[in-house]
Amino acid sequence: MELDIVDLSRLQFAMTALYHFLFVPLTLGLSILLATMETVYVMTGREIWKRMVKFWGTLFGINFVLGVATGLTMEFQFGMNWAYFSQYVGDVFGAPLAIEGLMAFFLEATFVGLFFFGWDKLSRRGHLAATWMVAIGTNFSALWILIANGWMQHPVGAVFNPDTMRMEVSSFFDVLFNPVAQAKFVHTVSAGYVTAAMFMLGISAWYMLQGRHLQIAKRSMAIASAFGFASALSVVVLGDESGYEANLNQKMKLATIEAMWDTEPAPASFNLIALPDMAKRENVFAIEVPYVMGLIATRSLDTVIPGIKELVEHSKDRIRQGAVAWDALQKIRANPEAVGEDVRETFRQNADSLGYGYLLLPYTDTPKEATEEQIDAAAWSTVPEVLPMFYAFRIMVACGFFFILMTTVFFYYSSSGQLDVLRQKRRWLLHIAVWSIPLPWLACEMGWFVAEYGRQPWIIESMLPTSAAVSSLTVTEVLLTLAGFVALYSTLLVVEITLMIKYIKIGPDDGEAEEVPPLAAARTVPGAMTMPAE
Amino acid sequence: MILHELIDYGTLKMIWWLLLGVLLIGFAATDGFDMGVGALLPFVAETDIERRVVINTIGPTWEGNQVWFILGGGAIFAAWPPLYAISFSGFYLAMFVVLAAMILRPVAFKYRSKRPDPAWRTAWDWALFVGSFVPALVFGVAVGNVLLGVPFTLDSDLRMTYEGSFFGLFSPFSLLCGLLSVSMLVVHGSAWLSMRARGDVVVRARRFGSIAAILAIALFALGGYLVASGYVEGFRITSAITPDMPADPLAKQAVVEGTAWMRNYSVHPVLWLAPALGFIGLLGALVLLQSRMDALVFAFSKMAVFGIISTVGVSMFPFILPSTAQPDASLTVWDASSSHRTLFNMLVATIIFLPLILAYTAWVYKVLWGKVDEETIEKDNHTAY
Repeated sequence: MELDIVDLSRLQFAMTALYHFLFVPLTLGLSILLATMETVYVMTGREIWKRMVKFWGTLFGINFVLGVATGLTMEFQFGMNWAYFSQYVGDVFGAPLAIEGLMAFFLEATFVGLFFFGWDKLSRRGHLAATWMVAIGTNFSALWILIANGWMQHPVGAVFNPDTMRMEVSSFFDVLFNPVAQAKFVHTVSAGYVTAAMFMLGISAWYMLQGRHLQIAKRSMAIASAFGFASALSVVVLGDESGYEANLNQKMKLATIEAMWDTEPAPASFNLIALPDMAKRENVFAIEVPYVMGLIATRSLDTVIPGIKELVEHSKDRIRQGAVAWDALQKIRANPEAVGEDVRETFRQNADSLGYGYLLLPYTDTPKEATEEQIDAAAWSTVPEVLPMFYAFRIMVACGFFFILMTTVFFYYSSSGQLDVLRQKRRWLLHIAVWSIPLPWLACEMGWFVAEYGRQPWIIESMLPTSAAVSSLTVTEVLLTLAGFVALYSTLLVVEITLMIKYIKIGPDDGEAEEVPPLAAARTVPGAMTMPAE
Repeated sequence: MILHELIDYGTLKMIWWLLLGVLLIGFAATDGFDMGVGALLPFVAETDIERRVVINTIGPTWEGNQVWFILGGGAIFAAWPPLYAISFSGFYLAMFVVLAAMILRPVAFKYRSKRPDPAWRTAWDWALFVGSFVPALVFGVAVGNVLLGVPFTLDSDLRMTYEGSFFGLFSPFSLLCGLLSVSMLVVHGSAWLSMRARGDVVVRARRFGSIAAILAIALFALGGYLVASGYVEGFRITSAITPDMPADPLAKQAVVEGTAWMRNYSVHPVLWLAPALGFIGLLGALVLLQSRMDALVFAFSKMAVFGIISTVGVSMFPFILPSTAQPDASLTVWDASSSHRTLFNMLVATIIFLPLILAYTAWVYKVLWGKVDEETIEKDNHTAY
């Protein structure tokens, strides 16, 4: 397969963003958990809570620093690989990124130093305040990034200006309170909280299986299962909100998630399993659950959800309109001062569909004279591959329900004071908790895949195609940096995981009060868990 | 909303040009001493404990300082989108080198002391050196290229084509700027070490700082001569400019002209203050480095950073990224900014948050203040880097 600049740039963005999001969710959730545990410490004065904060704080630090390091790339690669995107929407998209730095990242990065180095230099309350600043900064950071990302999914509050050849803000308020951004924010931070909760739950379960650090493990498990339970519910419920918003704004994304080729009478059925075929434009095989899809996506019994084929037909009209807009724009750009008011008026009338006009550019240099075949090809280019969308979404949702189940079970055992029962009689549950540690990461990455791949071919939904947004670079240049980032990130990831495992094995400082664990009991149980080797 | 009409567009562009300066100077004055310290690390500290002393003078605060870099990127994106798009895609491979080096730095700080193994620690020491020295050098080289002009063109859709190459970035003048940047930050880093550390590392830091100060003075003077003599050609706008024009870089005409970078000084002689502060700062640091007036040395090195960066800005004004391949497409203060509304909104955000940032950063420095030496490292063996 021959990869061009667009493919390689997308691959690079996907790679760096997915790597970045290996570290971000844990930072989001663990920072809140650390602040919560430290609050308990300050309120009760019990040293064990301080030792918990220090232990989980060490793991937080090992993870945090890679979030920071990989985040550096994110801030600059829009300019590096997506220069035309940056020029085209920087007026809108740049602001949330800059405010993220001003309002959030400075806060978290400045106070994280105090978190690690300020234990002896601050009062208890002073240190607690610093920890909360880190947690708040981290979460605000996510807010601004998702306002930026939400705008790419649903570009509100902006208009295209032919004199500057870019989109400009018309209402900053609309950009901030974009419903898609708000839904994405709560869904994403909840996902981060679930990740941290499952991480803490799994490691605590491992200590319980080993019969080590029981005091700290039980407390950690209690707090992680309660926090995880609330977050897992919220991630699924608010994910549903995202689905609802997607139906309002990104109908194609929803149709491909559901592999729904044809429009069905309302309420539409839900494809539990299907084998979509892009070439035949149908599902070779499908198991359907009646009514469910219509209910989730429209929250009504009588609203029709358009299928992929119907959406493609709609696109054709907009492509024709977009070709007119594109043509008028070229005339304006060629001679901005002398161009007639009629041309400007033609542009204004069709400007909403300008993005669809760009879709023709891969097929013809003169969009206005495009043939029906070209328009058909451009219209079908608005459909992302259905199969990966369909399954990525289902893996994410299955993980979500599994997290609710797991945290419910552990919350039950911890809130009824039966964690020792788990350790003695239900060890298999603890084993499941340990082996579930990677699942939240899988769910997060699948979620981002659905969100971003599902927006294709658009970089800005219905406004600018990804193929028109790249920088003028050579294949060699992009390959070189792609290889460089893969090598660097992979090395750092291996180092990170090795250090994580080392410090998990060392475990927390138990202080003097720790009971001596009944080691014999742990060893006699068959299949006692050991962590994967370093 | 018409709130943004409170300040006219041309004035906002000027304010954002000044804020761009504030960001660059903020970055160089804070993260700059971290880079200076990192670049000095292998040379001023020989034993493991000495290296830990050096690293821990910046250990708790480098992270906040580095945000100036991130914020710089974000703010240029928000306020100067064409500059963000053209400079980072134009300097593509150089940016990759900077990012790769800067990615190593946070990891090196955090992971170095997580294992006692000497090979592990030495590897991260070199990562810290690379993560400090390479960005300092490349940023200087980039500024040199901006002064020389960059070979890019814009078509009528404002799509940019870059006609240069990675190795084309390294001309004698841009290398001079790169070395000036490194030596300036080494002076700054050694001033910081003198103030925050104790022991042999300080003696060595002062020695290297003095050498770097002499080098920086010589390079700054030579660079200034090359610009003043017209060896480095400047740019001049030849068409009429209205400060509130829409941000279309193609709406004006410009030419390359021998000594155009000196024009602002003859029109406004007060601007000579910028290079003067650069020299005074470097000289002051050089003279006082061997004394015990550490805080004063640090103030002088900050003054040098301020003076040298300001010199670049005021020499080029109103240009921010001139094009050698198509001078008309050069980016200037008047035609490369965001819209009126965005500049206003971002100004409001800056007015709210920048003072807050400065206040809590100052507070955190105060809490963490105190000399670092071998004793303090041994006392905090577990928490220190």
